[in-house]
Amino acid sequence: MSTPTAAVPSVDATARARDLLGVSRLSNAALTSWLHALPGVDQVGCEARAAGLGTRSIKTTAKAWGIDLAISMIDLTTLEGADTAGKVRGLCAKAIHPDPTLPDTPRPAAVCVYGDMVATAKDALGQSGVKVASVATAFPSGRALMPVKLADTRDAVSAGADEIDMVIDRGAFLSGDYLTVFREIAEVAEACVRKDGSRARLKVIMETGELVTYDNVRRAAWLSMLAGGDFIKTSTGKVSPAATLPVTLVMLEAVRDWRDLTGEMVGVKPAGGIRTSKDALKFLVTVSEIAGDDWLDPHWFRFGASSLLNDLILQRQRMAIGAYSGADYVTDDSPSLY
Amino acid sequence: MAKFEYAPAPESRAVVDIKPSYGLFINGEFTESQGGSAFKSISPATEEVLAEITSASDADVDRAVAAARRAYNGVWGRMSGADRGKYLFRIARILQERAREFAVLESLDNGKPIKESRDVDVPLAAAHFFYHAGWADKLDYAGLGTNPRPHGVVGQVIPWNFPILMLAWKIAPALATGNTVVLKPAETTPLTALLFAEVVQQADLPPGVVNIITGAGATGQAIVDHPDIDKLAFTGSTGVGKMIARSIAGTRKKATLELGGKAANIVFDDAPLDQAVEGIVNGIFFNQGHVCCAGSRLLVQENIAADVEKRLKRRLETLRVGDPLDKNTDVGAINSKAQLQRIVELTAAGEAEGAERWDNGCELPSKGFWFRPTVFTGVSQGHRIAQEEIFGPVLSVLTFRTPHEAVAKANNTPYGLSAGIWTEKGSRILWMADQLRAGVVWANTFNKFDPTSPFGGYKESGYGREGGRHGLSAYVTTGDSK
Repeated sequence: MSTPTAAVPSVDATARARDLLGVSRLSNAALTSWLHALPGVDQVGCEARAAGLGTRSIKTTAKAWGIDLAISMIDLTTLEGADTAGKVRGLCAKAIHPDPTLPDTPRPAAVCVYGDMVATAKDALGQSGVKVASVATAFPSGRALMPVKLADTRDAVSAGADEIDMVIDRGAFLSGDYLTVFREIAEVAEACVRKDGSRARLKVIMETGELVTYDNVRRAAWLSMLAGGDFIKTSTGKVSPAATLPVTLVMLEAVRDWRDLTGEMVGVKPAGGIRTSKDALKFLVTVSEIAGDDWLDPHWFRFGASSLLNDLILQRQRMAIGAYSGADYVTDDSPSLY
Repeated sequence: MAKFEYAPAPESRAVVDIKPSYGLFINGEFTESQGGSAFKSISPATEEVLAEITSASDADVDRAVAAARRAYNGVWGRMSGADRGKYLFRIARILQERAREFAVLESLDNGKPIKESRDVDVPLAAAHFFYHAGWADKLDYAGLGTNPRPHGVVGQVIPWNFPILMLAWKIAPALATGNTVVLKPAETTPLTALLFAEVVQQADLPPGVVNIITGAGATGQAIVDHPDIDKLAFTGSTGVGKMIARSIAGTRKKATLELGGKAANIVFDDAPLDQAVEGIVNGIFFNQGHVCCAGSRLLVQENIAADVEKRLKRRLETLRVGDPLDKNTDVGAINSKAQLQRIVELTAAGEAEGAERWDNGCELPSKGFWFRPTVFTGVSQGHRIAQEEIFGPVLSVLTFRTPHEAVAKANNTPYGLSAGIWTEKGSRILWMADQLRAGVVWANTFNKFDPTSPFGGYKESGYGREGGRHGLSAYVTTGDSK
């Protein structure tokens, strides 16, 4: 994508939050009354709406367009304890040449790795345009002291990460300590500022599988946007359920309403559990019909996924040659052997 | 970025086999009319002629009623409940097996989107047969009273908005309780009823248990007036319902009438707003608003009215209006030219009376009968569009300030078929449901149907219930036999 990484200016999140909430001092009470005044989410209705969007029939030209768009929105991810520099380089090679048999296949938006692999990924990706995203802040649990989380973030940024995927403190959120969550996000956002004044974009992982209710998801989404997140992201991929369609729908409603309120766009990233082209197309339909087509852009919508890319490539090959090729016609460096 | 353009995704018509002309289904076979005439059934989306349909004469009605009487006396009225249940289960399974055929034919003949005929009408029709099949041998334990037994021959007249579903609502309980049937589908939508006649043959139902005769108002009147009919079941307009009630006054005929509605969909300021907007859309734009229980009056609390209106209009701009057979169509064609004219007339009256008109501005096909999803704001109870049933994709928005005012406005209509309440406060739902004079009250949802749930009206929305145990009771006599 042509959008430069440093396009988003740093904002004083606390000052803006005070302004939006109409308070002179940000407190848990102020945040609670603001977040709890958001309209509730009816679970049955929300899931029915998502299921309805899932019945859209995306065929022929629309499918081809959607597959290419979905590929270009992928954060190609490896987040394993067993990761090595070799494995990360393999993933980067895949990102640069997703399908050697069809060179017009778009590249994914980013490669997403742990912080210690950022330099390797950055080097391997070179000038390809594929960005490097790094998880940080004691991913996936987030259970570390703040200085450690900030150091984790700064390390990744100084190693060249274009984007930071942080996790929120779910314990603090669920116990009603919204101010702690707010401060953590705002401080991590500060730590995303590079020496030259530009910033890595910040994705805030809410771990919706641990928040459980859609009311919580909506509140966490608004809190993350208020605190200065550039993206709201469903999951680490380490907790099930991860990125469901209804959860993503609630988040898309949140970014839509946030733009109505502030004029600013915030990105959305469902991550974990999206494996098939058919699923990916359902998410794109939901983006289009809930948030609007402005979000149908890799700058504003991402898929956190690993195996999804190869299914999209398989479908793309089928549309190109008119028959299914098979898994052995799609390159795979990390088959699930263990 | 380019807009996400959905490519056409039409469901194939190849699955249906429409004959050039149809006779009348009497005594288990299709027969020619005796002295009747013919009319054409068209697709409202294209005005294409689909088939030539028979307009049954009085003599035809007489033959059908006689066949039903013979079947009642000879076999069906004496058959054990367990055996009747087997036939009903068989019909239900055949409906499921031929679901796609029914869905495509329904969308062709009626104009409703295939996603609704596929996901709502046909599955629900099958569900009604399954549900009533289960009751057939348990009527003694249904709490209907002692010794429940059938009335005999039932005359049934159904509307054009849910042709196969209304057929199922009528035929399934009638057969489960041991009655035989003469049914007339609406003149604009006879094709799925005629296909159902094939299902009746396929299920090997004894001849005469189900008779399907086609025609317009005169044929319906002939059924109503026939002296050998024991019970009538009608779904349709309040005007025709009143005519039926007058016709049978003083006779021994029993009747259930399911008539018009002008339902209030009531949104409080603590409602789950995004889902409420979906409920408003589903309430009035489902099936082009051709729904007797449609939520055609939106009562929204004044302090959120502007917000709800903004969200609603944004949502309506995403509705896809067009080819009923396209799997991505949300709103299909208006069922007939006459109905379109009525919608046009009533919306013009809304404007003339000073309500503010808005529609989603979508493109409409050049042929066929179409109307854009339309919203009137600034409506008050005195406006015609707040009082008369429009039966089209037209929503009237009114506001209220207190729960008492909402109840008073919701009830201030001659109708009383349904209502919706949107609030996250459970106690308010219960209080409101108790106050609303409507047969069905939905809480945080709208237009949900289930065979186990009785459906029917207060006041000019009719009397009697369909579905559930209440629905069964309309088809039996109880107490000591004479």
